[in-house]
Amino acid sequence: MSEPIIRMTGIEKAFGDVRALKGVSMEVRVGEFFSLLGPSGCGKTTLLRVIAGFEEPTDGNILIGGRPMDGVPANRRPTNMVFQNYAVFPHMTVAENVEYGLRVRIKDRNERQRQVDDALAMVGLEGFGARHSHELSGGQRQRVALARALVLKPTVLLLDEPLSALDKKLREQMQSELRHLQRAVGITFILVTHDQEEALTMSDRVAVMFEGDIAQLASPQDLYRRPVDRRVAGFIGVMNFIDVRVLGAVPGGVEVDVAGLGRVVVPAEQAPGGTEGPIVAGIRPEMLTVLFDDSDVAARVTEGEIDEVQYFGDMTYYDVKIDGIGKPVTLAMRNTAGRRVLQPGDRARIGWGPDSVLLLR
Amino acid sequence: MTALAGRVSREARNGLLLVSPTLTYALLLLAAPLALVVLLSFWTQDFLEIHRDLTFENYRVAWTEPIYRALMLRSLKISALVTVFTVILAFPIAYFISFHVPTKRKPLWLFLITIPFWTSYLIRIFLWKVILGFNGVVNGSLVGLGLIDEPLSFILYNQNAVVLTLSHAWVPFAILPIYVALERIDRSLLEAAEDLGDGPVRRFLRVTLPLAMPGVLAAALIVFIPTIGDYVTPRLVGGPNGLMIANMIELQFKKANNAPLGAALAISAMVIVSAISIVFLWLNRRYLAGRGG
Ligand SMILES: Nc1ncnc2c1ncn2[C@@H]1O[C@H](COP(=O)(O)OP(=O)(O)OP(=O)(O)O)[C@@H](O)[C@H]1O
Ligand SMILES: [Mg+2]
Repeated sequence: MSEPIIRMTGIEKAFGDVRALKGVSMEVRVGEFFSLLGPSGCGKTTLLRVIAGFEEPTDGNILIGGRPMDGVPANRRPTNMVFQNYAVFPHMTVAENVEYGLRVRIKDRNERQRQVDDALAMVGLEGFGARHSHELSGGQRQRVALARALVLKPTVLLLDEPLSALDKKLREQMQSELRHLQRAVGITFILVTHDQEEALTMSDRVAVMFEGDIAQLASPQDLYRRPVDRRVAGFIGVMNFIDVRVLGAVPGGVEVDVAGLGRVVVPAEQAPGGTEGPIVAGIRPEMLTVLFDDSDVAARVTEGEIDEVQYFGDMTYYDVKIDGIGKPVTLAMRNTAGRRVLQPGDRARIGWGPDSVLLLR
Repeated sequence: MTALAGRVSREARNGLLLVSPTLTYALLLLAAPLALVVLLSFWTQDFLEIHRDLTFENYRVAWTEPIYRALMLRSLKISALVTVFTVILAFPIAYFISFHVPTKRKPLWLFLITIPFWTSYLIRIFLWKVILGFNGVVNGSLVGLGLIDEPLSFILYNQNAVVLTLSHAWVPFAILPIYVALERIDRSLLEAAEDLGDGPVRRFLRVTLPLAMPGVLAAALIVFIPTIGDYVTPRLVGGPNGLMIANMIELQFKKANNAPLGAALAISAMVIVSAISIVFLWLNRRYLAGRGG
């Protein structure tokens, strides 16, 4: 594999007593769409600002394009940033904003103009050059910030929650536009977000952060299907946590006793964090099914009573009370043609199998 | 629609009622005397007797006689210099407080700036006389250090002294508007400038200064308007060559027994100051135009 575009080792950052980053080490590959995902206050922005050069790490070092960045100020780093509030200069027009960084780099006015026009076209803002930022909508402002950074052809583009201020519809549109743009320009993007759906749908790889450290760095699929521990599992998507007792290793996996469901042999790869110490069983809602007819079969079957129903149109989410499990278990069914929607109080047969169960630390 | 109109006019009436005491006060104490001065400027005075036939003669004299023109130009020059020096002195202080003083301690710093006002302006002028005088602190020190043989005479009783004293007096007033403008600058704009490749100097010139400009212009106006009419400072530290137009106006009203000419000079000065202020305000609006207020 090619040399990583960013390599960080043991990055520490303390603000007084607050340890915002606790020895972060990670690599970002050339040309990938990389996301930093985590709850509020976990240090995502701080990590991004360390990469951009706005914060000096307390310890550790960082290479961008193979070059050490110690003491290199933000204005001399091959990175550009799209700020959370966009930071579009209010005293300049859209075109002047986009031209800002080119002004010093390119002396030829016509060439500058050409590049500004290209950048504006790329983000779909043709004809907006003469406007001021207060004459733009939030989404348009964000495109200005994007064009302003991309026109400089940075090695890495850093985006700090660029979509969080937009309404749902526009956010979804911008998500796919960003993704297309990234593919088109081939620049490495690092996106900060606290929205797990956004991270999963847009990224090649995602780093999940908790309390100043990376808990897991993986592709969206691996994150969802093989979370390393219950924190990650709970943060990405919906997960039912059920008490479990480890009975011992058997050929092909681990035999466990899942509360309310019974004994099962779980394949070893479904215990990505090992089975040492306290373990919990994790089951995704779509890994359980309601068996509507007697002819429906599943590897294992249990009984339950529907507690609550959430109908989403394409999907229905049921909370099911199962004997032996303290909390109702969430289960998702696709509403295919002719399939009934159950009501609270209905009894149902629930199907599951060894491949439904993750063992999590 | 009519109900709405009724409500609006009622609100307007309530508003008028609310400001009416202030309005009456302002009318009686500002507009009325001003009208009187305007009227006076069209009359003539013969020793102690005032002739009430209207004439433009006073204005002709005020705008053509070399002495008045010279005094007016000198006043403008001194005010302009004071404005420039004051803003140049105030800006770094405002910048320091806004960007380098921790948020918690900013109120303390702003409070410290008001300390000079704890003593009367006259006392501060006399302090400057002590500092700048023939046997004053500056000369004493320089002679004592052997840097000069004779006390410097160009530092007191001339225009330099007026500019120096006035600038010092007005700096605190200029700091505040500049400080407020700097405080309002979104810090992420400065980071964006840096991110886009600017070093500190370029960033200052391209982002900080333009965004602080409304404050700078406001500070300039706050200093320029009152200093042009100042007569205490030139009287006390200006010497014969440091006198300004206000001193001449005072002279006309009192010793020269020509109040109408004094009035014409005063009105002329006011018109000039207003014209310059309007240019400033227009500039300010242009700066603000781009960002929707
Ligand atoms: N300049 C600062 N001074 C002091 N503490 C700070 C500073 N910046 C960040 N912190 C602290 O560092 C921790 C991480 O902050 P950071 O802004 O990186 O979080 P985040 O993951 O971006 O959160 P959010 O999703 O809310 O933006 C927080 O506890 C925060 O209070
Ligand atoms: Mg943040």
